[in-house]
Amino acid sequence: MKQQELEKNKEYKYGFTTEIESIRAPKGLNEEVIKFISKIKKEPDWMLAWRLKAFTRLKSLKEPNWQKPKYPKINYQDLYYYSAPKSASDKPKSLSEVDPKLIETYKKLGIPLQEQKRLSGIAVDAVFDSVSVATTFKEELTKKGIIFCPISEAIRNHPDLVKKYLGSVIPITDHYFATLNSAVFTDGSFVYIPEGVRCPMELSTYFRINASETGQFERTLIIADKGSYVSYLEGCTAPMRDENQLHAANVELVALDDAEIKYSTVQNWYPGDKDGKGGIYNFVTKRGACRGKNSKISWTQVETGSAITWKYPSCILQGDNSVGEFYSIAITNNHQKADTGTKMIHLGKNTKSKIISKGISAGFADNTYRGLVKINSKANNARNYTQCDSLLMGNKCGAHTIPYIENKNSTSSIEHEATTSKISEEQLFYCNQRGLNQEEAVSLIVNGFCKEVLQQLPMEFAVEAQKLVGISLEGSVG
Amino acid sequence: MLDIKELSASIEGKKILKSFNLKIKAGEVHAIMGPNGSGKSTLANILSGRKGYEIEGAISYEGKDLLKIPIEERAQKGIFLAFQYPTEIPGVNTNNFLKTSLNAIRKFRGLKELDSLEFLKLVKEKSKNLKIEEKILSRQLNVGFSGGEKKKNEILQMTILEPKLAILDETDSGLDIDALRIVSDGVNSLRNKNRSFLIITHYQRLLDYIKPDFVHVLVNGKIVKTGHSELAQELEKDGYEGVATAR
Repeated sequence: MKQQELEKNKEYKYGFTTEIESIRAPKGLNEEVIKFISKIKKEPDWMLAWRLKAFTRLKSLKEPNWQKPKYPKINYQDLYYYSAPKSASDKPKSLSEVDPKLIETYKKLGIPLQEQKRLSGIAVDAVFDSVSVATTFKEELTKKGIIFCPISEAIRNHPDLVKKYLGSVIPITDHYFATLNSAVFTDGSFVYIPEGVRCPMELSTYFRINASETGQFERTLIIADKGSYVSYLEGCTAPMRDENQLHAANVELVALDDAEIKYSTVQNWYPGDKDGKGGIYNFVTKRGACRGKNSKISWTQVETGSAITWKYPSCILQGDNSVGEFYSIAITNNHQKADTGTKMIHLGKNTKSKIISKGISAGFADNTYRGLVKINSKANNARNYTQCDSLLMGNKCGAHTIPYIENKNSTSSIEHEATTSKISEEQLFYCNQRGLNQEEAVSLIVNGFCKEVLQQLPMEFAVEAQKLVGISLEGSVG
Repeated sequence: MLDIKELSASIEGKKILKSFNLKIKAGEVHAIMGPNGSGKSTLANILSGRKGYEIEGAISYEGKDLLKIPIEERAQKGIFLAFQYPTEIPGVNTNNFLKTSLNAIRKFRGLKELDSLEFLKLVKEKSKNLKIEEKILSRQLNVGFSGGEKKKNEILQMTILEPKLAILDETDSGLDIDALRIVSDGVNSLRNKNRSFLIITHYQRLLDYIKPDFVHVLVNGKIVKTGHSELAQELEKDGYEGVATAR
């Protein structure tokens, strides 16, 4: 490797590409490509029809433009919509059959695909470039009746569940990027937890963008049946690349009576270089429906990557006494931009929501919290608590807090607190005087600032996330 | 160990230290006394590396040019400052901070980093010796601490980090008699032939508990008198002005 490339790799820890021959759909967005995707996935006709319906709808939609971060016009005809590692058409039956290059990539990413996994109690459905390659722990989960598989598999094997719930939280008519995803999604995870079952382990998927110029359109659907519980982890890294890449995933969660879903994300995609060149566009739609009474959905996200992060993991609190939570850390450095937050839609009685958002902005970055708390007329005694804290580093970055509140019920209570602060010279000096260098000091102070959110992450993830917080801000204080 | 020669320092054009000279040998305890605004804290700041001063003169620490050493490296090389006003760092657990700090310093010194269990054992022992309640260690660093708790926490950090040169910047101010005793016990228990102290104080009171080898009187950025521990009593009697004029 040339010296220059080595230097580059040092800047982005996960910047490497695996050389695996890819099968690709031809460039462009049209019915033929959608049929190609559907065919290669061996989908039933109803699925193709659903996709084409979404595509028809898409043609009448325009990209939204109300967000703060603007981006150059995307030429949707110039993207590849399907790309898969070649070896995947010949699906491996066990780990030993998995392409060793893939395994190597996972190792670099620190994904514990072998025995360590059993020890750490994580089942990984690893998505490598749109196709799930290896699913583990299946047996243990199957015993409990839990379904955890690639969504393409669920479409073939569990059509009733998929038909009933797919698009029931994010309809194909929703908005441009969500509809685009419905038309061309390639793969993702499917989880079903049967009535009364507590999922015995954290379910985890690592997403990774690999083949050049491939937009990623993941689709995830998680259903927690009555009285069940599941904790799901999503984490991602991407190899370094120059041209921008679009990522428009859809994640739908459905919690029925007394069920609870905990969804945690650590997002660390390529943010672009120091001058803002390259990086991923992360335009994701995540929405959960607390459909049953006493149900609960909790989103936790640590967003450190991407050139632009644009997402609002939301909760529709339909069932009486249901609870929605949103814990977020968004870190932007250099020229990164984030416009993120949540929507809490209170429909049922005695519904509760809690929003804790920590935004950290450094370099030339711009960080916006945008959130909606909506209390419907029938949501008697609904309660919301919102806390938005922003931390600024340096004097060239920005932090914005845009809370929307719509209240149609006088018995509700809504609280909003917001702070903006800077890391003080005093704090840095104190840490330096105790032997910590500038980067260690920043990492320590910022981790303290984010503590309430980091505490929400499952143990295995929390450690990784803490490190990530430090790494993301390296070089931000001169 | 420490040799300060003709040190002048100013901040925003205002001269604070003027041709200041001081030599501290290994194992010695020096006290610097002086009225408000005489430059005591400036001296502590410059030795620990705080930015914002224009400095002339030379400071050598263990034979090296101290002014060229970055702040954290000074700490790693054994310079410890007990802050006059310890900073609050919200969200950071006191124990965790102390462990991170200790391991950074141990790493620099080529010692094995302590794991959580080993560290907790050490902290338990040290805080017990100093009669510091352990519960403050599980709180956020200095957040909501009383003045006394903050100062005791500084002394606990000092005993754990085992510095070579400890600078105490008015650690005694605002302390009640019990806390004062804890602070003094901390210092006295650490005194040995290799470790030096620079104790900055307003009052002679602290020096009843810690017997210094030398007492310096700092007025207007200059040492106007140097003596042994009796000088502190003289000061208490005659005031800074009396001592400064009666040369």
